[in-house]
Amino acid sequence: MTTWLRRNAKEAIAALALVVLFACYIAIHPRGFSTYVVTIWSNQGALLGLAAIAQFFVVLVKGIDLSVGSIIALTNVVASFLLNGSPASIALGTVVVLVVGVACGLLNGVVVVYGRVQPIVTTLATGGVFGGIALLLRPTPGGSVDETVSDALTYAVGGIPVSAIILVVVLLALQVFLRWTAVGPALYGVGSSEQSAYMTGLRVNRLKLIAYGSSGFVAALAGIYVSMVTLTGDPNIAPSYTLNSIAAVVLGGVALSGGVGSPVGAVIGALILKTISSLTFFSGLPPLAQPFFEGLILAIAIALGALGVFRVRSRLELYR
Amino acid sequence: MTATARTVPSRKSHRWLDRDRISVLLIMLGCIVLLLGGSLLYPGFLKLGYILQQLQIAAFLGIIATGAMLVILLGEIDLSVPWTITGTAIVVISASGSSNPMISSLAIPLGLCLGAGVGLLNAVGVAVFRLPAMVWTLAVNAMLLGAAVFYTGNSRTNGEVPWLATQAAIGRTFGIPNAFIVWLVIAVVMIWVLKRTVYGNYLYAMGNSQRAVFLAGARARLVIVATFVLAGIFSSFGAILLLGYTNQAYQGMGDPYLMPVISAVVIGGTSIQGGRGNYVGTFAGALFITLLSSILSVMQMPAAVRDIIFGAIILIMLLVHGLTGKNENI
Repeated sequence: MTTWLRRNAKEAIAALALVVLFACYIAIHPRGFSTYVVTIWSNQGALLGLAAIAQFFVVLVKGIDLSVGSIIALTNVVASFLLNGSPASIALGTVVVLVVGVACGLLNGVVVVYGRVQPIVTTLATGGVFGGIALLLRPTPGGSVDETVSDALTYAVGGIPVSAIILVVVLLALQVFLRWTAVGPALYGVGSSEQSAYMTGLRVNRLKLIAYGSSGFVAALAGIYVSMVTLTGDPNIAPSYTLNSIAAVVLGGVALSGGVGSPVGAVIGALILKTISSLTFFSGLPPLAQPFFEGLILAIAIALGALGVFRVRSRLELYR
Repeated sequence: MTATARTVPSRKSHRWLDRDRISVLLIMLGCIVLLLGGSLLYPGFLKLGYILQQLQIAAFLGIIATGAMLVILLGEIDLSVPWTITGTAIVVISASGSSNPMISSLAIPLGLCLGAGVGLLNAVGVAVFRLPAMVWTLAVNAMLLGAAVFYTGNSRTNGEVPWLATQAAIGRTFGIPNAFIVWLVIAVVMIWVLKRTVYGNYLYAMGNSQRAVFLAGARARLVIVATFVLAGIFSSFGAILLLGYTNQAYQGMGDPYLMPVISAVVIGGTSIQGGRGNYVGTFAGALFITLLSSILSVMQMPAAVRDIIFGAIILIMLLVHGLTGKNENI
């Protein structure tokens, strides 16, 4: 148990913070603990959680994805065209949306791997392109999504929000992928030391492409879920998802230097962020002061995560 | 960045046409192609008046990009630029409109102090807490946004634009826009600072290996702090000029600047990993971005198509850099 805790210290601390914040939120919420409140919270959390997982895959291989929000916006817009009609056409539409997401992710990957451009600037540029395409397809928010599917995916079953179930299923699947397949640990290897991974005989390029492709896939899941929650396609959601997904992975103990962290951590980070903003919403603070406190709490949370620097024995360790 | 020791570009390269120079030439070529291409579409492009106007607009972008370039040379990034711009504009316009003559005369210094303060806050997170700049400056940006919303409410800020800001932004001396002259002065000073001063040398060294600079006994922390503070001041300086140009401060006025600023620095040949790049490249990069967006708006493209073309062209420029350079990732 202690070794498990030590190994997952960052996730454990983040989870503890989440529990405390969630308890405050429930205590403060006028309707208290009810299926309705938890479902709303969970739906919002699942959206950012999926975005954070998408960001996690790129960060895992030492990249950063500034186009995550744009991919979500694009897939959301595409979903708003395709996800209605007969069950067969909805199924086909879902596949198309997922393909779009994977294609966007792979494009990032190809430019980074074969074009030898740094991930941050690559995704800065491709983000503009994806966002532009989304805006071209749907200049103003609109479209529609099949309401029965949406209801089935956004309400609760037996008191448990469906979004929470989806998130847990995705996390379990990813845990299997990252721990019990050959690819998963290899991704961690590429992230922690590309040179060593290359020397060991791992196919670094291909693994990176897998990571970027997976990121696009999860971003497409997020895009689909956005359309389920909002019932429309909105091309303007990109910036908030991109920025929050980066903050979320860092809060969840994923190292931006690559090779450290887990999807569970990323999701916990996302839930912390969502809880902070809901908390300030119900806190009774004047509405105009809320954005500032949201930013302040975010900054404090990030700074708290870095307190370890004061325990470092040699200052050399601070410089890499 | 950790184990891969990248080769430090030697300052006295014997080959005149080294990689950095190629990048600068490439981007200058890009500017010329844009001008010629633009003149085919719209004959007014090669007129002196149009070019001077473009130089004026490029100056705002270029001055803000100067700060971003310093931070990028350090190997970090500053995402707090948008709300530093907006915050400065709001502070300057409301201080200048104050009935107290003392405060209104100090409006511009106050604005620059705000930029320096934001830079210091960024530096504390990066230099002391050793947080990734990408995340910390993002959080600082969120706080600035919150502070600006709290201060102004949902209304437009009332006040007065300082006379000096208007003169610097839209005034002309002998027909040349003042903003461009200011930018040129900054450019000359920056080239000198980066090439000839101790600070400039430490900055490049930090970008290549912070660890080596620390081991050499240099004050690594001080370099980080100085860089972020300078970057904040440049953002505020650009914001004051922008305020003089637009003659109003509004929420979100800085938001459209983050991406173009980083793009200008990076397509100018500055490595996003830090430690490599020169100011002439950033100068040309800012011109290129300004010309490109001007051409796209003259062609009356819808915003969406503009975004796509803008992104695609930057991607192509980056790919040209990436594929012509030596393999530096592995």
